[in-house]
Amino acid sequence: MAKKTETKLDFGSKWDYSSAPESAGHAEIKKEYGLYINGKFVKAEDGKKFASISPSTDEHIAYFAEASDKDVDKAVKAARKAYNEVWGPMAPKERAKYIFRIARLIQERAREFAVLESIDGGKPIRESRDVDVPIAANHFFYYAGWADKLEYAFPGKTAKPVGVAGQIIPWNFPLLMAAWKLAPALACGNTVVLKPAETTPLTAMKLAELIHDSGLPAGVVNIVTGAGATGAAIVNHPDVDKVAFTGSTGVGKIIQKAIAGTNKTATLELGGKAANIIFDDAPIDQAVEGIINGIFFNQGHVCCAGSRLFVQENVKDIVIKKLKDRLSTLIVGDPMDKNTDVGAINSKEQLDTINKYLKIGVEEGAEIYQPNCTLPKKGNWCKPTLFLEASQSHRIVQEEIFGPVLTVQTFRTIDEVIDKANNTPFGLSAGVWTDKGSKIFNLTTKLRAGVIWANTFNKFDPTSPFGGYKESGYGREGGLQGLSPYVKLS
Amino acid sequence: MTNNQLKALRRPIDQVGVEERVARFQTRSIKSEAKIQGLKMVLNMIDLTTLEGKDTEGKVRQMCYKAMHPHDALPDLPSVAAVCVYPTYVAIAKDALKGSDVKVASVATAFPSGNSSRKIKLADTKIAVDAGADEVDMVISRGEYLSGNYSFVFDEIAAIKEACGKARLKVILETGELSTLDNVRHASDIAMLAGADFIKTSTGKISPAATMPVTLVMLEAIRDFYYETGKMVGMKPAGGISKSKLALHNLVMVKETLGDAWLSNEWFRFGASSLANDVLMQLAKQAEGRYQGLDYFSKD
Repeated sequence: MAKKTETKLDFGSKWDYSSAPESAGHAEIKKEYGLYINGKFVKAEDGKKFASISPSTDEHIAYFAEASDKDVDKAVKAARKAYNEVWGPMAPKERAKYIFRIARLIQERAREFAVLESIDGGKPIRESRDVDVPIAANHFFYYAGWADKLEYAFPGKTAKPVGVAGQIIPWNFPLLMAAWKLAPALACGNTVVLKPAETTPLTAMKLAELIHDSGLPAGVVNIVTGAGATGAAIVNHPDVDKVAFTGSTGVGKIIQKAIAGTNKTATLELGGKAANIIFDDAPIDQAVEGIINGIFFNQGHVCCAGSRLFVQENVKDIVIKKLKDRLSTLIVGDPMDKNTDVGAINSKEQLDTINKYLKIGVEEGAEIYQPNCTLPKKGNWCKPTLFLEASQSHRIVQEEIFGPVLTVQTFRTIDEVIDKANNTPFGLSAGVWTDKGSKIFNLTTKLRAGVIWANTFNKFDPTSPFGGYKESGYGREGGLQGLSPYVKLS
Repeated sequence: MTNNQLKALRRPIDQVGVEERVARFQTRSIKSEAKIQGLKMVLNMIDLTTLEGKDTEGKVRQMCYKAMHPHDALPDLPSVAAVCVYPTYVAIAKDALKGSDVKVASVATAFPSGNSSRKIKLADTKIAVDAGADEVDMVISRGEYLSGNYSFVFDEIAAIKEACGKARLKVILETGELSTLDNVRHASDIAMLAGADFIKTSTGKISPAATMPVTLVMLEAIRDFYYETGKMVGMKPAGGISKSKLALHNLVMVKETLGDAWLSNEWFRFGASSLANDVLMQLAKQAEGRYQGLDYFSKD
């Protein structure tokens, strides 16, 4: 081999892509959205409302009603009535028809949902179009199929619905998380009160309109908007049988405390700090691509994001070089542009959190690397960031940042990397990159994480269960396992 | 290099990962100005090719005129990069292209199968070079490669490179016969180490030819070779690229894998015969806002 030379590729502007904006003209946004309770769109009892702001332009999008205890009580009562009188007694194959219809309607309105998701949440249209919306539809399709086959899901047992489910979803995948929660609950015969996050309520309310159009009986699905207080009202409502929550570990702990001593059951899908492990025998170029997608997909607002990179020390130099080159080709900016790879940070608050950690990382002595890219003037933006030379005892390695920030550590042996990968309070996901099958199986049995990807990352499918170990929560969503939290077995 | 040294160069390629990356390139939306600029670049990177048993002087001369004047109805069009012919037509092509920037490339080394003796292959190369070929497109011995005789392949490329003199050497791997991406990667590395100036996917006689996954793996091999040696090697996908959109997605792949330096016909070529007319049709549409019929574009 020839002597190593310092070489650099130039990812410049010789051939820049022209802007390719997705048109938004076809997507209707109302000035104000009410609460969807008992099959009707109603104002909050005390008339309170809040605004949703576009994270990429700072522009006002619409007002949403802020549900109080009284509104939540109305919603739970409607759900209970629908459960007792309509949805519970309905033949399972009839329930399935409604769920199929919802799935098909999402497909029909896919473009509109994709556009609205990007406007409200700041994620690139490529992702909302190719990931969020199609997988959301697929979840409804998948669970519609289970609705009349529960006896095969739980052989030898009788599966009965739990009752009224209170579901609280996060802002990172607003429509998709609504689908994850609603589809299995409905398939098992439960009725629902669902609350989207206060920064991203738009597609949930669009989904309410769609559900209304589908002819689903009144009260089966109720959607209420609001912030933490609204969520607390759902969790604490005495007539809610089951709580399903996706969000931060902090709030998860509060929910856990709140339902202690009640008959309520819960599934909690919480934070993560996934290890993505690359060995020297990995297909390096594909691994680098997987690492990039593992952390920069959805601006890193992904609970299972591969935010801790462990690279075997003998391939560290080439992996880092390739990561840096790949960062130079990421297009950061307008979420509505079809060529955008990394969109806007979801909210000012989240941007503050990320910036706080960037500061901490620098103070801790990690080496920060960001590509040269110009960020839009308005909105919430963060450059894709690497922290090289990070240590296991750095806070940026230990705590969830929930942004486009990747810490890079090296390892030498397999035992060392297993120890370090497991040395975290979280345990949601992990990734392994190696060409050797036996190594994959060795690691997957020893890594304490709910989902482990081998030679890929961030793959989601309705048939595959998803959930965490330790402080990443408990309970599974997706797949056959995703039915369990929504049934009582006898 | 010894056979064992060459064998040790093998590195794994994950096919699923390659296909995902390719799918991502294909989501790039190339519109308006970027499209016009891209199409002109594509045109300027084409090796206009005729490699048929029924080739004649008349056919080669007509193609050469097209190479210099792709479509005179449109102003400001570049010429193509080169014409690619059999060795016996090199002198004719040189004459027909006199005074232009268009290069003459000649296939050699018992194209397309490569099944002949070293002596014949060197003579074949010499005929092309002596007749004035600027570039030589050789084929590797796929049978020897697949039987594990890597040093044979390496030595042969090195010998042909020497016989090329000043002519640039393009090494055709015939990826459709190598069957796996691991092999494509390995053969690319062998070719570059042996002195290839360009690596090229296919002869155009075997299908599949220049698929995007194969081209991506070769571009990544070129990138690693550049990282390690500082030497630039060119890339030529050939065969199966007949539409502008696919050509533009190939350019996207070059831009995002190797960067600006490779976005020129010195380092990237398309081996194609029918691509040029599709590019011209698209350029005419961009200029006039509507598509013209096929018969408005010359067939050579």
